[in-house]
Amino acid sequence: MNIVVCVKYVPDATADRRFEDDNTVDRVGVDGLLSELDEYAVEQALQVKEKLGDDTEVTVLSVGPEQATDAIRKALQMGADKGVHVVDDAIAGSDALATSLVLAEAIKKIDHDLVVCGMASTDGSMGVVPAMLAERLDVPAVTLGSEVEVDGTTVRIRRDGDAATETIEGTLPLVLSVTDQSGEARYPSFKGIMAAKKKPVETWSLGDLGVDAELVGLSAAWSTVEETSARPPRTQGEVVTDEDGSGATALVEFLASKKFI
Amino acid sequence: MSEVLVLVDHVDGKVTKPTLELLTIARRLGEPSAVVIGSVDTSSLKQYGAAKIYTVDDADIKGYLVAPKAEVLAQLVEKTSPAAVLLPSGGEGKEIAGRLAVKTGSGLITDAVDVAADGTTTQSVFAGSYTVQAKVTKGTPIITVKPNSATPEQADGEGAEEEFSVTISDRAKSARITASEPRKASGRPELTEAAIVVSGGRGTGGDFSEVEGFADSIGAAVGASRAAVDSGWMPHAFQVGQTGKTVSPQLYVANGISGAIQHRAGMQTSKTIVAVNKDEEAPIFELVDFGVVGDLHAVLPRATEEITKRKG
Ligand SMILES: Cc1cc2nc3c(=O)[nH]c(=O)nc-3n(C[C@H](O)[C@H](O)[C@H](O)COP(=O)(O)OP(=O)(O)OC[C@H]3O[C@@H](n4cnc5c(N)ncnc54)[C@H](O)[C@@H]3O)c2cc1C
Ligand SMILES: Nc1ncnc2c1ncn2[C@@H]1O[C@H](COP(=O)(O)O)[C@@H](O)[C@H]1O
Repeated sequence: MNIVVCVKYVPDATADRRFEDDNTVDRVGVDGLLSELDEYAVEQALQVKEKLGDDTEVTVLSVGPEQATDAIRKALQMGADKGVHVVDDAIAGSDALATSLVLAEAIKKIDHDLVVCGMASTDGSMGVVPAMLAERLDVPAVTLGSEVEVDGTTVRIRRDGDAATETIEGTLPLVLSVTDQSGEARYPSFKGIMAAKKKPVETWSLGDLGVDAELVGLSAAWSTVEETSARPPRTQGEVVTDEDGSGATALVEFLASKKFI
Repeated sequence: MSEVLVLVDHVDGKVTKPTLELLTIARRLGEPSAVVIGSVDTSSLKQYGAAKIYTVDDADIKGYLVAPKAEVLAQLVEKTSPAAVLLPSGGEGKEIAGRLAVKTGSGLITDAVDVAADGTTTQSVFAGSYTVQAKVTKGTPIITVKPNSATPEQADGEGAEEEFSVTISDRAKSARITASEPRKASGRPELTEAAIVVSGGRGTGGDFSEVEGFADSIGAAVGASRAAVDSGWMPHAFQVGQTGKTVSPQLYVANGISGAIQHRAGMQTSKTIVAVNKDEEAPIFELVDFGVVGDLHAVLPRATEEITKRKG
């Protein structure tokens, strides 16, 4: 089986994320990394490969700036077999529609049965790219899996929804997305880190994909950000230390003063 | 006035509150048309201003996930050229919106917390540390709106019902739900709709009864950190944060929760924030309007008792 895992290079969530003057996300000035939520996608792809125990190949695919190779490299260290990096100046500032277009065209060029995505990117956090990919590739989508099972050409997931826990099935080829409940992602081993150095990473441009540069990037965006503003930081209120029940009393007083009781 | 399509969310034949919020917002943009896939009691749709109600029989598509629903909406967009399409934010709403955007060549904005009459949306990003104003510039604006983004306001709607029959491709039916186990009702308010949320984290040590008791004394919904969910103490549906629910209640009480950025992402925009934590250095205290440094096992039962006494 051939598996493609889509991974995104994102600004570190624990750093000070910010916007550029043109209201796009600053992807250069802030340290970036492989989106933590996409590590779960890599993990599930590797588990499928390990369970099948055959010549299944896992390709990691990322659309992003030069530094996005770091994200691809991390996935290779975890155990993926090869990487594809789509990088092109024209892509900067692309929204989900344009990103999904580029991803879909790249996936079409890679042999694939199963496409695995994370549940959402940790920066944009729209969680729409997997559905858009399914639409563009004309295949089913089984999304937000917290448990994944591949059985022949059937992919079965468990989804923990608000109203119910569901079992969902689709037939390959399809797009799968997994949540952070799907199982701890592995750390790269020393052996993995060494092996990754020799794994191939191809770099493709929009031209290689036959995608018109006019269709992507900030100027082609389907929506525009008109204004970004930092929310004023919250100011710390009173903090009391509990001594023999004084904390509970003060808490109740506070809640009563705000009319919550 | 142009129509504004509102996808109706319903549970057990009843229209949910977020749908009424969407209808309220839709009235700013045009004339709301409710789109009902399946069957619901339509009286509340009329009460909240739906001028038209398109009903689509779901006998054929029940159990087939979101793709057929996106096809229904695409055909309605084609037919009505609406000013916008509004959907509830949430896994399903966002997926339908994503597919609809591709199908109709339209711009998409997700997780809006406000929509103005000219279609300008407000979103809260980067764990709630930024506010963003955006607007769709191509095609039909497709906007998913978070729960609690508007107060539902009644308005008489004609509610003219029109059965809309659609052709669903076989392809849209290629992924399906094969089993479903409904979640047990907790009897407490819905997490994303509640005015007060009381949550517990790793600091509870696994026993949520004190958190629940306190929540019940002030009529709150119960939430949890991912650490508590990962430990199997609470189901995932209760998780607050980046990969759980975003809540923005009047009051949020965090108990035994350190306040990691991913947790903040789900509660930072709450009106009033209170924390109980035994570590005075816990980052959650940077956010609080009121905090108690102390052991939650001592503070919560005592506070619950005092509140119960006050209420007599
Ligand atoms: C991609 C990603 C997504 C994530 N998404 C989420 C998310 O959606 N929601 C979420 O919550 N987290 C999320 N996390 C995890 C997050 O980073 C933290 O690990 C998590 O929030 C910690 O939970 P906690 O505060 O309960 O536990 P801890 O950080 O361990 O904090 C426990 C706190 O309890 C206090 N405590 C202990 N005993 C007591 C006592 N007896 N009385 C009072 N206080 C006590 C301690 O002082 C401490 O501050 C995510 C992480 C990643 C990487
Ligand atoms: N630029 C990208 N390159 C590769 N994969 C991506 C990219 N953007 C999004 N994805 C995939 O789509 C998922 C959902 O992203 P999003 O819709 O942006 O929240 C992510 O978890 C990734 O698997």
